[in-house]
Amino acid sequence: MSGKPKVAFYWCSSCGGCEETVVDLAEAILDVAAAVEIVFWPVALDFKRKDIEAMPDGSITATFLNGAIRTNEQEEMARLLRKKSALLLAFGACSHLGGIPGLANLFDRESILKTVYFESPSTVNPENVLPLTRYRDNGHKVTLPDFHNTVRTLDQVVDVDYYVPGCPPMPRILGAALKTLLSGDLPPKGAVLAPDYALCEECPRKDTKPGELSIAEFKRPQELLIDEQTCLLAQGLVCMGPATRAGCEAVCVQGNMPCTGCCGSTGRVQDQGAKILSCLASLVAGKEDAEIDHVLDTIPDPVGTFYRYGLPGSFLRRKRLNGVQAPK
Amino acid sequence: MRNRQLSPPPVPRGAFEPRIVAFFCNWCTYLAADLAGTSRMKYAPNVRVVRLMCSGRVDPQFVLDAFAQGADGVLIGGCHPGDCHYQEGNYKTLRRYHLLKRVLREMGIEEDRFRLEWISAAEADRLRIAVNDMVEKVRALGPLDLTPKAEEIQEEVTV
Repeated sequence: MSGKPKVAFYWCSSCGGCEETVVDLAEAILDVAAAVEIVFWPVALDFKRKDIEAMPDGSITATFLNGAIRTNEQEEMARLLRKKSALLLAFGACSHLGGIPGLANLFDRESILKTVYFESPSTVNPENVLPLTRYRDNGHKVTLPDFHNTVRTLDQVVDVDYYVPGCPPMPRILGAALKTLLSGDLPPKGAVLAPDYALCEECPRKDTKPGELSIAEFKRPQELLIDEQTCLLAQGLVCMGPATRAGCEAVCVQGNMPCTGCCGSTGRVQDQGAKILSCLASLVAGKEDAEIDHVLDTIPDPVGTFYRYGLPGSFLRRKRLNGVQAPK
Repeated sequence: MRNRQLSPPPVPRGAFEPRIVAFFCNWCTYLAADLAGTSRMKYAPNVRVVRLMCSGRVDPQFVLDAFAQGADGVLIGGCHPGDCHYQEGNYKTLRRYHLLKRVLREMGIEEDRFRLEWISAAEADRLRIAVNDMVEKVRALGPLDLTPKAEEIQEEVTV
């Protein structure tokens, strides 16, 4: 064993995009590989869970864990890696805020299984088979992880030291995070390793953001020819920039698409969705109920828009499980 | 960081008493509540009033946080349209109220749990009626029970 700092990467409920970020370090990955010893990275290298279990507690310098927690297997791995790591980083929007998988919190376990195994148009399941956590076939025992009712952020399950935001995080942000960790000059615990100001600050269209804005109709990107120079909010698009943390250098806006909020809020905000709601609503044209409602009808999915990456980490965390209750 | 400790006051045993958080503006609705007091009017004691300079100061985060911490209902009171001490504050409130209502509906929180009222400093009786009506409607809905639900969510992952 070398004396180099040990680094682990793991994935839970995620798409694999965060792993892509590591590869997207490009040539810099060679410097990383030279500076650290990668002890666990299931997507790329052949290590097993027992290798981690055999390590002394706290012996991994830093673990980058991406993905939300929605099965008991992911939860176990999060706990195991927490125990074995000196530093645990929530890597990417899913482990930081809940991410796209977190939108499953608008449903419950039963309705998700019903849709996926019985109702979706592409499903063929004549025997109505549902996944079981234990199954015995010809003397062979097969087990599957249990699927939780609620998707969680990593810090709702284990203690987290730092957050690397983004869906996926920009390679530059990851590179800077690695450099910070290796420098030994650590930021305060709980820090999000990205600038603490809104995206508009670093947006190339900042100068075209009007001081006064009144929106009579919100538009979706496919509904108009988007001007490539002008502030997207000024064009009536729902851009999450004002309520989103900077750090990505506005890549989506540079690609002529509005920000969807993947880096979460700045440090002074607790609920990103509530903040963008506040910002956009105050720009709505009209002073009468009917006028206002007419404008708001042009935002067809407010929760999916404002909480696209942050529902599990928000104040309400999920749709109410019990729905309307009978009076007691 | 985001793992906030939820420790609501214990729900009293017996009949359900709605807990309603009210955000009243300093210039109109709060003065109406004051007038109701000095006029010795009686209304349901279920509202906990938070005095703000303007209903426009009600950040949607306050409303969601109140629900998340155990409120059964949230009431916002401001000046009548056109009467805002800060010209436009209550119009911003009205727009946010409409959008937040849509979000709450999608999150499974009934419409009667979130209410906006325009009540001037002279309208103590209007305040009494609004509070009593809201308390009765929320009482009929029953407890919101978000807080125990959050604990239940937590239990799912306790090994």
